[in-house]
Amino acid sequence: MSAALQTPSHPTTRTKIKVNDLNFYYGAFHALKHINLEIPEGKVTAFIGPSGCGKSTLLRTFNRIYALYPRQEARGEVLIDGENILAPSQDVNRLRAKVGMVFQKPTPFPMSIYDNIAFGVKLYESLSARAMEERVEWALRKAALWDEVKDKLRQSGMSLSGGQQQRLCIARGIAVKPGVLLLDEPASALDPISTARIEELIHELKNDYTIVVVTHNMQQAARVSDFTAYMYLGELMEFGVTDEIFIKPKRKETEDYITGRFG
Amino acid sequence: MDIYTRRLLVNRINLFVSMLAMAFGLFWLGWILWVLFQHGTTAISLTLFTGMTPPPGSEGGLANAIAGSFMMAAIGTLIGTPIGIMAGIHLAEYGNNGWLAPATRFVSDILLSAPSIIIGLFIYAAIVVRVGHFSGWAGTLALALLVIPVVTRTTENMLRLVPDTLREAAAALGAPHWKIITMVTVRAARAGIITGILLAVARVSGETAPLLFTSLNNQFWSLNMNAPMANLPVVIFQFAMSPYENWQQLAWAGALLITLGVLLLNILARVFFRNTTPLH
Repeated sequence: MSAALQTPSHPTTRTKIKVNDLNFYYGAFHALKHINLEIPEGKVTAFIGPSGCGKSTLLRTFNRIYALYPRQEARGEVLIDGENILAPSQDVNRLRAKVGMVFQKPTPFPMSIYDNIAFGVKLYESLSARAMEERVEWALRKAALWDEVKDKLRQSGMSLSGGQQQRLCIARGIAVKPGVLLLDEPASALDPISTARIEELIHELKNDYTIVVVTHNMQQAARVSDFTAYMYLGELMEFGVTDEIFIKPKRKETEDYITGRFG
Repeated sequence: MDIYTRRLLVNRINLFVSMLAMAFGLFWLGWILWVLFQHGTTAISLTLFTGMTPPPGSEGGLANAIAGSFMMAAIGTLIGTPIGIMAGIHLAEYGNNGWLAPATRFVSDILLSAPSIIIGLFIYAAIVVRVGHFSGWAGTLALALLVIPVVTRTTENMLRLVPDTLREAAAALGAPHWKIITMVTVRAARAGIITGILLAVARVSGETAPLLFTSLNNQFWSLNMNAPMANLPVVIFQFAMSPYENWQQLAWAGALLITLGVLLLNILARVFFRNTTPLH
């Protein structure tokens, strides 16, 4: 029934990610049902919905991170820049160079702040020491972390606070210069001040990246996103411009959820 | 009696019983150490570290046995550790499906709990009999076989403690599997893996049975791995059973040396594990 749902026509934007009749299975469990969706380029798209609705699962198909686990299977098409990334011929490592991801819990690697950023870059480029330093600084500045860590780049990434660690993870993600950034509840483990900083960051990054963010926090979705998708029980219930979804949703279920009348 | 008083009481009783159990365990350990120190310290002198194992009734030390023990434990660990670490990596990082990993884990666990004398007999039958004589290499191999399952087990356990989100984060950057393992997960588990190695060294440095059938003993200074090699456990075994006063003295000193060595390794392992950043 959600087959008819498409991105509302938006003349200024190009589609970055196009999802065609996507189904997802955890073993026998049918977690995503016939998803169709067009995510516009250079905008922030939020996935909202109650726990277990499949919003994280959908996000995790965009870089095929689910493929780390046996018995998880996606059927259908996910086109990024017109290329079906679910095709068996797709090189997942190359895909992940184009599609970065930040997780709910900060995941600094057990190495220095500098090496945390350089790790990803080294996978794709062999830069001179000088160029690498510039890249690390660029990424840290972009993630609004540079001023806080510039004097301790050789310290362990784990020595930072939770909010700093999360921004380090964002810096690590953008250092490889992906076109898409997937954020899986990036602020849900952080305090309000750190959350605000992450939201500001999302705002600044959207000029250069297509951002897809999964969030439990509806105010956050309203604040940071241009488009919002509401999901429920593995189906895409409604997708549209965030303001419209929040002000006059087309479906009653969406309205019930965003007004808190749900469950 | 209300529920809070009862909980308090139950808590106290439990605490008391646990302390009693701890005291019981520590008592025997304390006694062992006490006896060792009492008998061992009198025999500790410079000649202990310079003299060779003497014939009955004459002066001597344990230099050849200390050197032999050290060499065999060190080389045995060098051989066993890489195999154990790689097996542990396979079990934790690749062994989520298929039959190979469960089978390996099962065999490794059997090896872990097998009496060490069986390992000694195996090397005796497989190597000593074929070569025709006891040798340092045979002893080293027996010790390496004891190191492997200990290191395999701890490596696997420590890698399993690394949260999957860390693997996902590395994979999400497009890192290939081998790079995720070497650069991220093994690094995150490094302290635990090193602790496992130190504990394996501690274990093999006190083993007697596997050396009795393999390296046997040598009363002269020899670093030739192709010849029988002296080592502390076998010397202790032989000297402690003898009726000669000076041999018995040396056995006590050797026992004290091994115990102190193992104690030191264990303390080192603990300090190392504590001083490294815990996993998240």
